[in-house]
Amino acid sequence: MVEEIGTTTEGDLIINVGPQHPATHGVLHLVITLNGETIKKVEPHLGYIHRSIEKMCESLTYRQFIYVTSRMDYLSAHINNHACALCVEKGLQVEIPARAQVIRVLMDELTRIASHELWWGAMAMDIGAFTPFFHAFRERETINDIMEETCGARLTMNYMVPGGVMYDIHPNFQGRVKSFLQLYKLKIHEYAELLTGNIIFINRMKNVGCLSPEDAISYGCTGPTARGSGVSCDIRKYYPYDAYDKVEFDEVLETNGDSLARYMVRIREMQQSVRIIEQLIDNIPEGDFQAKTKAVLKLPKGEFYQRVETARGELGVYIVSEGGTTPYRIKFRSPGFSNLSVLDHIARGSKLGDLVAMMGTLDLVIPDIDR
Amino acid sequence: MGKDELKTKITELLAAATFEEGGEWLNINVAVGDWPNFAQQLRQEPTLWFDYLFCLTCIDWKTHLTMVYFLTSTKYRHSVEVKIKLDRTNPDIETVSQIWRTADFNEREVYELFGVNFINHPDLRLLILPDGWEGKNPLRKDFEDPINMIRL
Repeated sequence: MVEEIGTTTEGDLIINVGPQHPATHGVLHLVITLNGETIKKVEPHLGYIHRSIEKMCESLTYRQFIYVTSRMDYLSAHINNHACALCVEKGLQVEIPARAQVIRVLMDELTRIASHELWWGAMAMDIGAFTPFFHAFRERETINDIMEETCGARLTMNYMVPGGVMYDIHPNFQGRVKSFLQLYKLKIHEYAELLTGNIIFINRMKNVGCLSPEDAISYGCTGPTARGSGVSCDIRKYYPYDAYDKVEFDEVLETNGDSLARYMVRIREMQQSVRIIEQLIDNIPEGDFQAKTKAVLKLPKGEFYQRVETARGELGVYIVSEGGTTPYRIKFRSPGFSNLSVLDHIARGSKLGDLVAMMGTLDLVIPDIDR
Repeated sequence: MGKDELKTKITELLAAATFEEGGEWLNINVAVGDWPNFAQQLRQEPTLWFDYLFCLTCIDWKTHLTMVYFLTSTKYRHSVEVKIKLDRTNPDIETVSQIWRTADFNEREVYELFGVNFINHPDLRLLILPDGWEGKNPLRKDFEDPINMIRL
């Protein structure tokens, strides 16, 4: 048992970062063993925001439990809902109308942009650049407004339901998304000027927190964290769901595995999301936005697994059904939990000041880790 | 490899393995004693190469516990699901955290939420639950908390 404060027998200093620390963006608690300024060990202590969503879901019906999952990774609320809806649909074996499929993908990609925007601003602020935060939030706010108009909420949308989406898109939706994209494409270049090409920024990110592809796989890293190390793992490419097999986009890969590579993956991913939205926004098929499903959903006895790509990586929903109206057991394989587990590995041997850059580029969302 | 090819290959490796029909991927049932060796083989056999443990969890069936491991190969893109039945009163199983590093955290989570004891785990301590937590494991079916549990 490590003492939570003080020095070890070898004379190493033990310090605590969090649970209340602005750079952890949530209630993450790290106990760090330091030799001088060099990190010897990082030990995460979790659970400050653990709500035991898995246990809660065992007493909720298949229509109800989706709403709880918005509170896991609240920046990818749409995508969490999407995963759950897909998993229930897999059990029910219902066909989703083409219109709903396209709306879902559009919403997912808008969410991804909004999530990466927030990450970009917050990460820059952590390492000392304050301006990007305002730029990022300006664009994110526009997306939130679009979401609010169609879904009725800005953060926990609960828009995806088993069978499709809850209601049809707002008449203004297409127009507003298009005008947002027009503006946004110019802004991406502004970001590059502001931060990506900045020499101070590059010096802080380059060769910091290097992660090899083998370790990325072994630690179960997914999403931009793994793709920064050159591990091809985009679920949208390998296990396409809904309309993802009908659109063209590239899986973004970088090979360096350092913080800068992870940063670049996310920046380039935003551009790919724009590409996906542009292909679909004028081609939303006519028809129903929801398939006809029974009022009370019952999944057949068995087990169902659905994986989707959230802004942070692979989210898995595993439902074990006994044939009733509620799941017998539900498991969320959250991307943040695995991505956090690699922090100790990449931080060892580096300086304390670099820890924030590493945490920033792992893109940790604490409610996603704690569930 | 397809489901059938995997089945043949795995029967070669471990004759005692049984298979469950249905499910998205090949479902393998393994005895708890065979697991350490079998896991090593799944990881190292060149034609299988299951290098990515993408999900690890446990299910409480009230009479016994079942450990579930989801494995995928990033090289061949095939997946399997391995299930191991455990005794509910003495759930002991060998750790796989040396083979797949992600198992380290995930096993700690299962340890505190289900009470499964992972033998030879490098650091089997509470991760989510507060220090000094005593008594029952929250995700077991007989866990009761009259104050904090949400029921509809």
